[in-house]
Order: sequence, then structure tokens, then C-alpha cells
Amino acid sequence: MYRYDEFDSDFVLQRARQFRRQTERRLTGELSEEQFKPLRLMNGLYLQLHAYMLRINVPYGCLSSRQLRKLAHIARVYDKGYGHLTTRQNVQFNWIKLEDTPAILEQLASVEMHCIQSSGNCIRNTTSDPYAGAAAEEIHDPRLYCELIRQWSSLHPEFSFLPRKFKIAVTGSPRDRAAVKVHDIGLRLHRNPAGEAGFEVIVGGGLGRTPFIGKTVRDFLPVQQLLSYLEAILRVYNQLGRRDNKYKARIKVLVHEMGTEAFQKCVEEQWEQIREGGLTLPQEEIDRIGAYFAPPAYEDLSDSVPALETTRREEPAFDAWLQNNVVEHKQAGYAIVNVSVKAVGAAPGDISADQMEAVAELADRFSFGELRVTHSQNLVLCDVRKTDLEALWRRLAAIGLATPNVGLLTDSICCPGLDYCSLASARSIPVAQSISERFADPGRLRDIGELQLKMSGCINACGHHHVGHIGILGADKKGEELYQLTLGGSADENTAIGKIIGPGFDAEGIVDAIENVVETYLSLRQDGERFIDTYQRVGRDPFKENLYASDQGR
Amino acid sequence: MPWVVIANRLRDGIVVFLAPGGGWVEQIAGSRLAGNEREAEEMVALGQQAEADQEVVAPDLIAVEERAGVIVPTKRREAIRATGPSVRTDLGKQAED
Ligand code: SF4
Repeated sequence: MYRYDEFDSDFVLQRARQFRRQTERRLTGELSEEQFKPLRLMNGLYLQLHAYMLRINVPYGCLSSRQLRKLAHIARVYDKGYGHLTTRQNVQFNWIKLEDTPAILEQLASVEMHCIQSSGNCIRNTTSDPYAGAAAEEIHDPRLYCELIRQWSSLHPEFSFLPRKFKIAVTGSPRDRAAVKVHDIGLRLHRNPAGEAGFEVIVGGGLGRTPFIGKTVRDFLPVQQLLSYLEAILRVYNQLGRRDNKYKARIKVLVHEMGTEAFQKCVEEQWEQIREGGLTLPQEEIDRIGAYFAPPAYEDLSDSVPALETTRREEPAFDAWLQNNVVEHKQAGYAIVNVSVKAVGAAPGDISADQMEAVAELADRFSFGELRVTHSQNLVLCDVRKTDLEALWRRLAAIGLATPNVGLLTDSICCPGLDYCSLASARSIPVAQSISERFADPGRLRDIGELQLKMSGCINACGHHHVGHIGILGADKKGEELYQLTLGGSADENTAIGKIIGPGFDAEGIVDAIENVVETYLSLRQDGERFIDTYQRVGRDPFKENLYASDQGR
Repeated sequence: MPWVVIANRLRDGIVVFLAPGGGWVEQIAGSRLAGNEREAEEMVALGQQAEADQEVVAPDLIAVEERAGVIVPTKRREAIRATGPSVRTDLGKQAED
């Protein structure tokens, strides 16, 4: 993975020290809250319902065991013993003290981490495929380009005060695990007929109040031109994006209002002016950054491991885990292991300091000391020898991180909601927990098959409910929590925005409603169909009829 | 309807309530209740002063009611602030009772 150079290290440490001085000035009253708030937000420190919340960047989800150990330490010493994996592949702590924050930032700097640009109207942490570099079907490793984007966008003077926050996602696989079509810019690496790598550039996707699927503005952008083209898009947005209305300020609204063609034309014109400038990436630079992401020292192994088959016959739980949580690797004899942070009844994405430390240990032992944070709030060990799978599974099971549910209904995405978030309209975690308990039976869960449930505690949609096969949006109706159900969304290469199915449900009713929807699917599915396939074939009516036929509809 | 003033303490962000003596307490049970608008206004002014003095941030007057002898904010959001996350009853004020 990428290692800081001297400049990076020094800069991040300086920023932590600068924040120490700013905090001191705030505590002595030299700075008012009004003056200080933007400064703390620039360093990822929010004020939430119960305390300050610190959001720590995990660049494109890549984490070393050393960094995870540091996070465990922070959780233990400065928080209440746990952290939260976010839907943007970052980590948040919920109980941080302002007076401790400078020390925390210094500690983070010592492991090449920081919280800069995790808030504010700038280019945020770029997100990517959690299987990057390891996926069997990958065309090109996206991490190197994520890193180039990180370096270009970090503290970019021109783009520090955009009309609104800006999120970029990159995928290098045909199977989109980075939700590139619902980002401000989505980049899909592919190859042209000549075999050269380039990007499909997708602009103007996004969730929130007004969800949009991004539009392709360029089918093939040579990789060398990545930064110049991004710069052109950002310039157009910076100049033309609305600043008068926060709710219309994202690039998705600009693209929508201008029309894709007009927007594209503006970008191309802008690009013509700068494409021959200093932003063209020389091959040496691509190679230099690429070297940080060179494959680890894989051993020459056989892909067939007979012992695995024997154990899976004897241990159904291991078999279930292999089926759901383990994914094919590009390298023979290796596998990608998803670490489910969605134990039955647990808060999705919450991980204790002890678990962090234990997983760091497992990463060292079984996966070259590296991990990934996924946008579905799990962890991944990317490079595990197949011969180690059983040992790894036993250790994960011992710390409650081997629930065999990845990609299934109880592997839900869920934002913190009203239990923590000051913007929330309703709680989300208790609903996720109830659903997880209702569908705890692993056999039933597997029979239901792939089903993505995504839930947000308010219209800001941090839980991506619009693109869940089943989406739940928490709202407040005259002081009561109300949950609105959407069906048919999808965040992969066939991105779709789900449709609201009808009137909302209360906290208990929503769990019954989910069960009702699942039963409808099971009664209608044809051979091999996943939930989303059945939904797409039959449409929303049968679901709606069953849902509101009974008394559950309010 | 009675009111209390809720805020976050500046140095650690912990939720606090304006107390009868003019200080701030972590438990809503110890908070000063405003029974009328005049008193509420006075308490808001005290909250603002405490903010200017770097004691608290975002002071806010919130409605409360008494349920079985316990003061409870009427709004769920504030009720959660006064107790702690409903999904982690081992944490926050509810764990300190
Ligand atoms: S969706 Fe709303 S409630 Fe959930 S984390 Fe985002 S802002 Fe908070």
C-alpha cells in the first residue's frame, strides 16, 4: 500500500500541531465557536448528539494492521472502546473529547492517517473496490489511480471551497463494488480494443434528497489524462454549480439542469485548454505510484485444497462461511475473505477495540498485514492462502466476526441514525438489529439469497437506502418514528433507484413489512432468481398488494 | 409546559443541563426547570452567557414533561441526548444512574 513520503508525514504532523494551537485558542476563548467550527470540521471533528465525533479517513478503504492497532488504541483510550465503519470506507469515533483531539491527531499522524477533508465542501476521501488488486475478474487495479487522485485533490487550493462536498469513486472491475454511478464522479477502468487502459467517466450521480444516477460523459479517457479531465470537470462545477441553495448545490443538480450534453461540452472545452498542461501523467509517475501497489509476495500454490472440502463437509458453519464470505482470488491458492461486522443483533459496522486488535493480528498472520474497509461496513482480508482459511475462520468465529451473511439480508448497511447523529429524523440501528434477529436463522437467510438492505436515518441517505434492493428511510411524523420502504434499488453495474412502495410503517411494522416482502419474493421467484431479479421481472405491484392487504399498512 | 436548557460542554462535548445554581450538570434530573416564559428567557440568556464564556456550545431551550416523577424531554432526539444511545444502554448517562 501507499507509504507517506517525507513531505506527507511532515505535513500531517504539522496539521495536527496546528490544530493543537487552534484548540487551545478555542478553550481559552480567543476563538469563538463560530470561528472554530470550520477549523474543527476541516479536521474531521463534528459535534453530534452525545459528544464530538471524529471521522478518520481510510484512503480508498486500505488499512494496515499497524493503523488498525492504532485505531484500537484510540477506541480504548479516548473513546468508549469501539468505533464505527462508515458507508464511505472511513472510521468514526462517537465519544471524542475536544481537549483530546490534538493528541489523537498526532497519534494518527504517526501511522500515516489523518482526518483532513473528511468534512466540508471539498473533494472527500476517494472510495473504491474493497477487493482492489485481488479480484479475479479485475481489469486493472484502481488503487493507484485513487492515490493519484488523493494527491491531486488533497488541499487543492482551487477546490477547497466548492459549492458542496464532492465524492469520487473508482472501480477496476466489471462487477461494480464501488457504486460508481451514485457518486459525483464515478470512474470505471476498462480497456479499449487496442488493450490500453482508460476510464469511463460518469458524472452527476448521487443519493440524498434528490437521487440521480450518474451520466457517462466520456466512454474512454486515457489514464494519462485522468487528472486533467477531473480538473476540467471540477472547474466547470466550481464555476457553474449553485451556491444559493444548499439542496441544489451538488454537481448532480448542475448536470441535471444543464443537460448531460451541454455539461459535457463545457467540460470538453475546459479540458481542451488544460489537457496539454502540467497535469498529464507521465508513465514514470504512474509506474512510481503503481509500485506501491505491487502484488504482495504470493507463493506458488495449488488452487485445489482437498482438506477444505473435507472440513466443509464436516462443519456446516464453515461451509456457509466459505459460500458467503469468501470470494475467488486472481491468484491461484489464495482467497478474498470478508470479515462480517454484522453479527446477529449487532449495530452494523460497530467494532470493538478488542476486535480491531484481533483482526490486525489476523491480518499480519494471514494477509500480508493489510485490510480493507468496505462501504457495506465490513472488513476484508484480501490475500489469504486457501490452506489458511480454516484456521482464520476459527479465529474470526472466536471473536464474533465470522457471521456467514455477507451479501445477505442481515448484512445490511445502516447509518448511525438518531442514536448518534444530530441530523437524524429517526433511529436506524434498532431497526437493523430487529431485522437481523428476525432473520437470524442461517438456513433461511441462505435460502433467501443475495439481498441488499440499506437504511438511512434521514433524507441525507448516508445509508444508501435509495440503492438497496430493499431500502428503509427513517422519518419523523409528528414525533413518531416512521419508516418508508423502497424496493428495487441497486448500487452495482445495473444501478437503479428504488421506488417507494406505499405508506410508511412504525418501528415494529417495518420489520413485519420486510418479512412480508421477503415472503412475496419467495413465493414468486423462479429458478435461480435473486430478490432483485424477481422484483425486476414482476414489478412492484405484487409486493405492494401483499404488503397492504394485511393490517400492517398504516 | 416546563423547559430546560440543554447544551454540549465545550471541552468534551458531553451533554449538560443548566442547573438551578447557574452551573451545568450531566443528569437532567438536576436541571433547572423553567415553568414560565419569563424564566425560560432568563435561562436562555444564561445559556448564551455560558457559551460566550467557553463553557458550553449550542445551548438550546427544550420542552420537557414529568413522567412518573422523572423529567423527560418531549422530543425523542432530546430524550436520547438526555439518556444515551438507545442501542447502547451500557453507555452514556443511562449507564451512570
Ligand atoms: S442519513 Fe441522516 S441520520 Fe443517517 S448518518 Fe446521514 S445524516 Fe445522519
